[in-house]
Amino acid sequence: MLNRHEFFEKHGIFLTIGILIAVSIGGIVEIAPLFYLESTIEKVDGVRPYSPLELAGRNIYVREGCYTCHSQQVRPLRDEVERYGHYSLAAESMYDHPFQWGSKRTGPDLARLGGKYSDEWHRQHMQDPRSLVPESVMPPYAFLSRRALDYRSIEGALKANRAVGVPYTDEMIEYAVRDLEAQVDPFSANYDALLARYPKAQIRNFDGDARQITEMDALIAYLQVLGVMVDFEEYQAEENYR
Amino acid sequence: MTEQRATPQGLGTDGMLIASFLGLGVIYWLFILARAADPLITFHAYVFILAFILGLFGLVIRATNPPSDGRGAYAMDVVKAGVFASVFWGIAGFLVGVVIAFQLAFPEIFYFENAPWTNFGRLRPLHTSAVIFAFGGNVLIATSFYVVQRTCRARLAGGLAPWFVFWGYNLFIVIAATGYLIGVTQSREYAEPEWYADLWLTLVWVAYLFVFLGTIWKRKEPHIYVANWFYLSFIVTVAMLHIVNNLAMPISLANSKSYSLFAGVQDALTQWWYAHNAVGFFLTTGFLAIMYYFIPKRAERPVFSYRLSIVHFWSLIFIYIWAGPHHLHYTALPEWAQTLGMTFSIMLWMPSWGGMINGLMTLSGAWDKLRTDPVLRMMVASVAFYGMSTFEGPVMSIRAVNALSHYTDWTIGHVHSGALGWVGYISFGALYCLVPWLWKRKRLYSNAMVEWHFWISTIGIVLYITSMWVSGITQGLMWRAYNEFGFLQHSFVETVQAMHPYYAIRAFGGTLFLIGALIMAYNLWRTARGDIRAAEPQPQPQPQPLAASVPAL
Repeated sequence: MLNRHEFFEKHGIFLTIGILIAVSIGGIVEIAPLFYLESTIEKVDGVRPYSPLELAGRNIYVREGCYTCHSQQVRPLRDEVERYGHYSLAAESMYDHPFQWGSKRTGPDLARLGGKYSDEWHRQHMQDPRSLVPESVMPPYAFLSRRALDYRSIEGALKANRAVGVPYTDEMIEYAVRDLEAQVDPFSANYDALLARYPKAQIRNFDGDARQITEMDALIAYLQVLGVMVDFEEYQAEENYR
Repeated sequence: MTEQRATPQGLGTDGMLIASFLGLGVIYWLFILARAADPLITFHAYVFILAFILGLFGLVIRATNPPSDGRGAYAMDVVKAGVFASVFWGIAGFLVGVVIAFQLAFPEIFYFENAPWTNFGRLRPLHTSAVIFAFGGNVLIATSFYVVQRTCRARLAGGLAPWFVFWGYNLFIVIAATGYLIGVTQSREYAEPEWYADLWLTLVWVAYLFVFLGTIWKRKEPHIYVANWFYLSFIVTVAMLHIVNNLAMPISLANSKSYSLFAGVQDALTQWWYAHNAVGFFLTTGFLAIMYYFIPKRAERPVFSYRLSIVHFWSLIFIYIWAGPHHLHYTALPEWAQTLGMTFSIMLWMPSWGGMINGLMTLSGAWDKLRTDPVLRMMVASVAFYGMSTFEGPVMSIRAVNALSHYTDWTIGHVHSGALGWVGYISFGALYCLVPWLWKRKRLYSNAMVEWHFWISTIGIVLYITSMWVSGITQGLMWRAYNEFGFLQHSFVETVQAMHPYYAIRAFGGTLFLIGALIMAYNLWRTARGDIRAAEPQPQPQPQPLAASVPAL
């Protein structure tokens, strides 16, 4: 066998090809089936694409590197389910480009954050985390309240998401800007249309400042939709055991 | 050398190709600049244009002033540049690490509520990319360029292409680093740079592959030396990982933001397949290549076992690729994938220790040098750390252990025993070897300073990893603790509060490691200048033949 290895040691191109074959197999066996095995993603009701404002908030979540300290993945362990809520389903992140499962909990898991705290709690907490949680080590995000949300490219963002598989319709893309503006305005003429396109979307001024749409509005809108799309009163776990 | 060059004063085909490529690049980025509504990509367009214009200037200077190593047997100037870049980025990366460690220990001391770029979330990717890709990457490029030339007895292929690889790679680092600070990120750990930086790196990496393979093709040795197998597997596999994991759809060519091609569970496994093999092929096989060249050279002993190097090379690269799913235990990833990942992670222990044994046993018959040569001792300690963290890794990949360790600082401690101990020390050892060799000095400026570096940073590493073991296991146990009534014992924030002393110890340990690196930088600088510390023994002059020195009686 050692004599045969001489072949690789004398031919750079075959050594390269040999390496490529050796390192390709594992990835193909593990990753490729996830795209066609139907059991990979559970069948559930309620998971919808993010509304334009939620998507803009998600972009801020990504931009600020929240994933470096917060996971979004509740494991099916007793303490986690009691601390955070129902364990995470694959279906809940099926429109997440990219996923935000995280790898470290310097702060708590955020997969089921939606609805746990008020908007005002979030605003103040991001303004100055230790004003609400004295032991916290989180950095401040006060600038989010002052910065106007730049949503000039929100239509393009929806289109790019559609290109990678998120089922945004032509109508959703056409109304992207208006839907974004409507979600912070409970008196918008677009209220019902927005709810029809994005069922159960929460429509209100999230940061309490009606003068402008801020990055804080978008981020809180995103945090408030985390983990609330699936109704676990009706979810049948047994049907999705795999 | 038989390479054809137009004239000694001219640029040659390689230079003209690079020049036209840079010219096209300037035009492309001007075009983007004209259309961009996104301030982030506008900033990076300026950086690219500035860098390309500087590159063109560099080519003009090169054409008029041929370099000293222009046609010699070996191209060593680019290796020297790599040594500079390695030390610079190393210190920058360690410094950012120390800053964010202090932020977690004392959140009020580095607190700027209106400066988002000072927040942990943006500095942490800066730290990881600076140490892995800027420091580690420059060490790998510099040492691979050195080793492939010496072991093939051939000058680097491609004329100016190695310089394109060096500057192109460092431009990628600048784009990535400034991007994190202003908020350009894909949020994929260790693959945060956005799509245009990724495309640029792909170009540079293809050039790197061709320079490396081209040099192997020109070799005057019949066999490809074992270190080059490892370098080649690092270059080829990182290319594959980088391309697949960064598949994404940008909003437009003039927008910095993109959305990954995959979503949710598929995206998660693709990312951790990438990230684990960034450890496997960037931080392991690349640095094993360094081990396979520098330890035998320094110990003046042959590699322990040729047979072992073949077996552990192929088994290591085959098995490593499977280990990614152990980052996703108990998540929504299907259990069969988790189990496969765990199984292969445990199997990975054996080829890893095969490498460790081959490195350590190379010292057979030269163990006494550990007493006298602090550089060799640093490299041997590095291999010992490699053995330790490649044992710890399989243990942590077991699902039951992972249920406790995952999401805690135990992972951070594990990573740093590999990163500071293994990658850091083997790199420092290689730099301590390279500087006297490249600048043709008889010895280092000071061996005593290497001793100081070694002991200060070893204490730093020990403080770092022990504090992270304690904090990680403590936090993991606190999260799952129940009181006598069957309720969770601790609120989350109580577990954060309990971390404070360990975070302070970790920050102190990291500071020691940084101080060690600063000592090294000074020592290397003085070595390159040709100084020798006065208090230390001067190199012995060659003994004169007796007949010449002793007057005839």
